[in-house]
Amino acid sequence: MTSAPLIELRNISKRFGGVRALDDVSLSLDGARIHCLAGENGSGKSTLIKVVSGVYQPDEGEIFIDGQKVDRLDPVTSIAHGVQVIYQDFSLFPTLSVVENLTLNTFLREGKTRIDWTRARKMAREVLARLDVSLDLDATVETLPAAGRQIVAIARAMLADARLIIMDEPTTTLTGREVERLFRIVRDLQADGIATLFVSHKMREMLEISERLTVFRNGKKVTEGPISEFDERAITRAMTGRDLHQGRFVAPNLAGRKPRLELRNVSVGDKARDINLTLMPGEIVGLSGLIGAGRKAIAQAIFGLRQDMSGEMLVDGVPVTPKSVPEAIAAGLAYVPEDRLSEGLFLTRSIRDNAIVSSMERFAPHLWLDAEKAGAETRKMFAEMAISAPGIDVPVGTLSGGNAQRVMIGRWLMTQARVLILNGPTVGVDVGSKEQIHGIIQELTRKSDLAVLMISDDLPELAANCNRVLCITEGRIMGELSGETLTEEALDSALSREIEGETA
Amino acid sequence: MNDTNSTVTRPGLRTLVKGETAQTNLMLAVVCILVLISMTALRPTMFLSSYNFESMAFFMPELGILSIAMMIAMLTGGIDLSIVGVANLAGITAGTLFAAMAGDGGSGALGLGPVTLGVIVALLVGMAAGLLNGFLISVLKITPILATLGTGQVFIGMCLVLTGGPAIVGFPPGWNAIGNGKLLGIPVPLLIFVVICIALSVLLARTSFGLRLKLIGTNPKAAVYAGVKRGQMIFYSYMLTGGLAAMAGVLLSARTNAAKSDYGASYLLQAVLIAVLGGTNPAGGRGNVLGVALALISLTLLSSGFQMMRVSNHLIDFVWGGFLIGVIALNSWRSRKGS
Amino acid sequence: MRFLRSSDAIILAILAVAMIFIGLVNPAFWQMSNLFSLLKENVVIGIMALGVLLVMISGGIDVSFTAFAVAGMYLTVRAMVALDYNGLVLPFMSAILIGGLLGLMNAGIIHRFKMIPLIVTLGTASVVRGLVLGFVGTSNVNINKMPDALVEFGKTDLFTLERANGSTYGLTAMIVIYLGLALVLHLVLKHTMIGRSVYAYGADPEAAKRVGFSTGRTMIFVYVTAGALAGFAGLLHSSMIWLANPRDFVGLELDVIAAVVLGGASIFGGRGTVLGTVLGVFILVMIQNSLILMGIDTTWQRIVVGAMLIAAVTVTALRDRRALV
Repeated sequence: MTSAPLIELRNISKRFGGVRALDDVSLSLDGARIHCLAGENGSGKSTLIKVVSGVYQPDEGEIFIDGQKVDRLDPVTSIAHGVQVIYQDFSLFPTLSVVENLTLNTFLREGKTRIDWTRARKMAREVLARLDVSLDLDATVETLPAAGRQIVAIARAMLADARLIIMDEPTTTLTGREVERLFRIVRDLQADGIATLFVSHKMREMLEISERLTVFRNGKKVTEGPISEFDERAITRAMTGRDLHQGRFVAPNLAGRKPRLELRNVSVGDKARDINLTLMPGEIVGLSGLIGAGRKAIAQAIFGLRQDMSGEMLVDGVPVTPKSVPEAIAAGLAYVPEDRLSEGLFLTRSIRDNAIVSSMERFAPHLWLDAEKAGAETRKMFAEMAISAPGIDVPVGTLSGGNAQRVMIGRWLMTQARVLILNGPTVGVDVGSKEQIHGIIQELTRKSDLAVLMISDDLPELAANCNRVLCITEGRIMGELSGETLTEEALDSALSREIEGETA
Repeated sequence: MNDTNSTVTRPGLRTLVKGETAQTNLMLAVVCILVLISMTALRPTMFLSSYNFESMAFFMPELGILSIAMMIAMLTGGIDLSIVGVANLAGITAGTLFAAMAGDGGSGALGLGPVTLGVIVALLVGMAAGLLNGFLISVLKITPILATLGTGQVFIGMCLVLTGGPAIVGFPPGWNAIGNGKLLGIPVPLLIFVVICIALSVLLARTSFGLRLKLIGTNPKAAVYAGVKRGQMIFYSYMLTGGLAAMAGVLLSARTNAAKSDYGASYLLQAVLIAVLGGTNPAGGRGNVLGVALALISLTLLSSGFQMMRVSNHLIDFVWGGFLIGVIALNSWRSRKGS
Repeated sequence: MRFLRSSDAIILAILAVAMIFIGLVNPAFWQMSNLFSLLKENVVIGIMALGVLLVMISGGIDVSFTAFAVAGMYLTVRAMVALDYNGLVLPFMSAILIGGLLGLMNAGIIHRFKMIPLIVTLGTASVVRGLVLGFVGTSNVNINKMPDALVEFGKTDLFTLERANGSTYGLTAMIVIYLGLALVLHLVLKHTMIGRSVYAYGADPEAAKRVGFSTGRTMIFVYVTAGALAGFAGLLHSSMIWLANPRDFVGLELDVIAAVVLGGASIFGGRGTVLGTVLGVFILVMIQNSLILMGIDTTWQRIVVGAMLIAAVTVTALRDRRALV
């Protein structure tokens, strides 16, 4: 490229309290290129997006747009320079129509006070035609599926004369076919001269779509280069900072043991069908699959969060059909949800309250809460989980992701759960803590004869921590990997087959 | 505090001096004392007269119980706009019952038995009203504001239908004693209020029920994932709110010896105000009885002082509203400083 | 086609069914004099409801508007009496200004302190009522003292009809003001950026900010307009009943909010139409006023209103739950 890059960041640093979210990062984005920003959660990707979009002001460093230094990049300036961010939640207005969601910010930018509905519809039709998709212009956005909402968000960015569209984890809620359509759209955008910055932690997407790759870890840029210089293993190593095939989990001898959890011909609504699954004590079994493949529905059904499960379920040989979470807990089941902040923790409450919430019957059999006993058991768990905090009375919101997750897992230790379902056990946990949490899970499983069902998108995590992994496609178990066959490559190719199968 | 052993100290002691709740309570206590001192300075003879304190002790409990009821509803992130309707309905039901029992002879002859029955019926009415609120909120998933706005209308409407409009008078003497009597020299309403305060502080701070309500208010979704029976707890909490409101209704009708559909209409706003002032988070998860009691006392002292100084009763509304907004501003300023 | 599936159409259908039913119970319902008096009853509640609708679309709830209406009405009328002023334009502008300024106070507190509108407006309502009653006065301004211009204005009819016995009755001209305001608000909400910003803010405040709406300006627009409408409605009310009572409108908040909810607006924001609100107000007023016609004692009025509100929010809650699945 001879011309100046569209956006160039030089030596950017950003701190939040004591945490360095970005540490001396330089990044250059060229016009009409598809660039991928990779990194695990908490690696500084989101902070970088917010710096480029002007939401955050960096503590140090310089920003150049079209070769010109920008002193203070705020959201308005950023948008004026053609930077558009599509957040994971799309930032759309659910109760407003498609046409309005598409055109509101254009009118806003033009400083209009009135809305010209005729022009709005024309603009909306044109931009959707450019994307080669058809949507009901008058439908409210809340009625659209996730993929449709994403299209609205992309079309809106195009209408805003975007030169760079930043997409934050754009494929998390899409099916294989929808991902293909997204990729086609991104290439069309490129043909129109619009650059895309993909922010992702999924390898296949990066390799398939991007031309250039930057990898972040712990707020630092670890590596950068044309995509041809990378393969999956190299990306993983850069992202996680560790080699593949570290220690791996081997289940103890299972001979003669009775299964902890059995699912026989279980179906969950239209999300999962004919699931047969046996979990032995001391086993960690992984569930691999795309988002929407039915993994979460299975987990939620087991845990009594869904009412549409059919088939037979046995815990330690006893048939159970939990209709509610308390029933599931009583049956010895436990579930660590994916979204710790909204589904898991009570941030302003103490570690103790968060820990005892699910085992309160034991501490308060007759309403009266035995604070001594609750405190003592919490402290025992606190020590066992090696939580680093000033004490059990501090609010969970003050803990790091790793420590907060330990409180989550510790909660189920206190219910004396026998089957533990982990959904994304280390999402949003920093790399160091991640390995420790893996260690804790493995040790607990061995020591307390737990049976663990681990749902994860993180293939190395599954490969390293599970003695078996089941591959779920469109609500069915399509394969099982274990022992020597359980490698990250094998998991990956199983997923790829699924995508091909869908798009075929 | 880095030493994990320090967590062994009794939580009750520590919360008195630390944390947001304690700060609010400390501030309220200071306000109480300041109001007391300034009113005493301005009108020493009248303000400090035992008559003045005694009259406060008679009318403060009704409002105090309603405020605690409001706080309970707010703990789960809800609100109960029907409490005054419930209070009046409870009083009127009891009054109607007495009239029916007494027949033509007049209620003067009714003894302890009927009065006890009256109290039980009133409380049951309150709990039934709370049951209806709980049903709308937890089963039909109606927003608490709208659900209780609607039921509040219905309860007031039922009062009107029962009374036909005018106040019900002629409660038995035993009923009257609940509102105007003294036990060991202490006004009965005050005694009832203190008992309720202690019982509810224990309930909220020391039982699984209290903790579960606060957890639901902090994060309703996480509560479900953690196995808290949210629907059931919300049911109980509105029944408790309804029962407390009914108790306030008993005190109100016993003190005034009458019950009417629109008595105590201004109590609704005041109860919200006192609850929020007492450190209750209207979004849920935080609230304590001590704070509510302190807020009640400081506002009652203030009102009473204003009345002494012959300031118009209406200006007291102004001051209360101003107080509420001041507290909102202060909390916002404090949380911004904290972050 | 799309209209038939909208909530406005459902409300219209409910209204039609209710009218037919009431008419069957007592055909007197269809007498012109009854319909005219119904329409007259709509005016003040309706104008207030427009303000409440605006607040509700923005995701808030307002219980201070009745206090603002009292302030706009009572301060203006008392000033007119004191100054012996007998005009129309200036007093109405003054009432609107008073309401608007008080609304600005709401907007400022809600926006700056990020506090729940219900609690804030409870507080400001108390402040304003206390101020009016405490500083300005507690006595009614009766017909003998009311400025003639206001009284005459309130009497204006569009046209009058004659009953068989020779007495006349008319359709109040105030209905034109009400419907005019409704139309203006409809146009503003539908066709201007500030109007759409109210929906956007109510649908998702964070997204509204990201798109570049000035949320402070939106809040000011919402609460100032609501306050101004309340102030105007207050003075119009006293002009129609020839009386300025500083204790007026107590408890009316609930009726107005019920009417707006009945009209399909969502308390969670982002949803609600002027047409729906106008219909909701009409249903509420009609049912309140038709109880006697149907032979039901008026003491039942509140139960009916409460039950209607509960029914309306239940239906909305069920609808929203279905939309979520």
